[in-house]
Amino acid sequence: MSRPGASDNSVAVRMGTEPSRTVRWIILGVVGLVFCIPIVAMLLFSFKAGLAGGLTLDHWAGLFDEDAARTYRNLFTGIGNSLLLAVVTVGIVLVVLLPTMILVHLQFPKLQRTLEFICIIPITVPAIVLVVGLAPVYSIVVRIAGGSVWTLAFAYGITVLPYAYRAIQSNLDAVDVVTLSEAGRTLSANWGRILWFVLLPNLKRGVLAASFISVAVVLGEFTIASLLNRTNLQTALLQVSQSDPYVAVIFALLALAFAFILLISIGRIGRTRTGTSS
Amino acid sequence: MSLTAPTRTMTAEPGSGATVVLKDVIKFYGSMQALTGIDLTIAPGEFIALLGPSGCGKTTALRALSGLERIDGGTIVIDGVNVESVPTNKRDIGMVFQSYSLFPHMTVLENVEFGLRMRKVAKADRRTRATEALEMVGLGVHGERFAHQLSGGQQQRVALARALVTRPRVLLLDEPLSALDAKVRVQLREEIRRITTDLGITTVFVTHDQEEALAVADRVAVMRAGRIEQIGTPEELYATPINTFVADFVGLTSRIPADLVDGAVLVHGVRLPLLGAAQPDGPVLAYIRPEDVALAARGDSGAIEATVVSSSFLGSLRRTVFMLSDGSLISVQHAVDEHPAVGAQSWLRLKASAVAASPRP
Repeated sequence: MSRPGASDNSVAVRMGTEPSRTVRWIILGVVGLVFCIPIVAMLLFSFKAGLAGGLTLDHWAGLFDEDAARTYRNLFTGIGNSLLLAVVTVGIVLVVLLPTMILVHLQFPKLQRTLEFICIIPITVPAIVLVVGLAPVYSIVVRIAGGSVWTLAFAYGITVLPYAYRAIQSNLDAVDVVTLSEAGRTLSANWGRILWFVLLPNLKRGVLAASFISVAVVLGEFTIASLLNRTNLQTALLQVSQSDPYVAVIFALLALAFAFILLISIGRIGRTRTGTSS
Repeated sequence: MSLTAPTRTMTAEPGSGATVVLKDVIKFYGSMQALTGIDLTIAPGEFIALLGPSGCGKTTALRALSGLERIDGGTIVIDGVNVESVPTNKRDIGMVFQSYSLFPHMTVLENVEFGLRMRKVAKADRRTRATEALEMVGLGVHGERFAHQLSGGQQQRVALARALVTRPRVLLLDEPLSALDAKVRVQLREEIRRITTDLGITTVFVTHDQEEALAVADRVAVMRAGRIEQIGTPEELYATPINTFVADFVGLTSRIPADLVDGAVLVHGVRLPLLGAAQPDGPVLAYIRPEDVALAARGDSGAIEATVVSSSFLGSLRRTVFMLSDGSLISVQHAVDEHPAVGAQSWLRLKASAVAASPRP
């Protein structure tokens, strides 16, 4: 990103190692189908009037009923909780992980392997195992911070570590952070200003990617919330699906669409004015 | 130590540079001693080159001066103030790095403005001064471009403008030309010299290229293994290297086995005056520069027989390496219209200039 020519995609295309246009479309088509079939099935299901019936808009229209807010109160609480958790989790990533990674990169490069190892661990531990350890911890958390739903973000801050770490690290590796911050220091900038004016603008892509992936992970989380008896989007969806499977599917679709929009935005918003960032 | 620099302008103020004194500066990396006691006094406005092979500590010395490396002993004094506890951002220095260091998300003009912005200079003022600084390095029209739209040489020019726009007391250049191609290097080093002279700024220039150091610096400090071996004007270093290392590093000097007899150097039967302090008689290595040897004809008095090993055309002159009867190699600088054939027998004549010598084991 900082070196001329290093990020020129057109160079790679001329190397002759990538599949032809046709092959690329076939791969995209097959992968797309695998993803599309269940989603299209869900969409169709949400328009079905009973398993044997025809198509109807009733299930979607039901969401806008006068008493919808009351009927689906639990679901809306779940959505609210999940959004709150997403915000707090992203906050944890930005306030704890990001500065730690920058500090390790600049001042303690020998600790990089250790940090990477620590950050990758959560992906190797199944959520259900994590909960076994978290349950006693949360009995203490509740005593200190109360039983509010946002405290779940402490656990989510750990589960999103592997994803957030990779997103930020790949950006750190692509930018000559050390030289840029040294240049900043020789130009009279203190550390705070270097972080704000020099490093963050160049790490924007990684930071946004880490944030969006964290949001997507939090919105999809079920196990921990369920086993710790908290309500979030996924636990509420499960509950609703037992009484009204159509609405559950509709909300699952909407959540999926929201996550898609977030992930697509990673690629868009991160582009800087320089235009050629890879 | 206050940041008064922003009030100064880009106009020439000869002699406005700072005095820099390094005294017994020591630096360890783990158990490795990178600087083993550097002593260096730089006069205001002086251009000093730190010259040495890679790993000799020249960059470490520069970084210590900038505050980017903490030192483990000794003192660094800028304008009478011990800067040990002064962080880099308050040392009032300008620095150009070896690798391209422009902020990629800013335009060229924004890059140059950065130092002024950090010093809270008003927007209009900093725009004027940044433009001025860019014009000084010949890039006045490139202000709206981004770093990746510039060539390497242009990027280093912008870096130079960025380092100088705040009118720092000391300019530090860490091999700023090493990533550039030969033609641009020469061009840019001359420009750097012109600008620093115009501004009267104290400059420390780190390089491993002896030609570069000799060409631009007022004084050159030759470094080895964390210490300064010799410091002097380019002429002094070239003419009177104090030891083999300096002689070897500074010039294309050939080392020829010889003998010191009655205070004169006897090389293949030719008596040459000894350069520098007197030494005890005995076997020595004589340092003979290529311009002190000429081609001769057979039978000339003092002609030494030699065999042509290789010859290279260097534009205005030709440099040929000969092997002497004792197997040592000597390089000779001569006119381009002489064409020594490789393997041919030839005769050389040593000019009567004084030569340096060191005891030979």
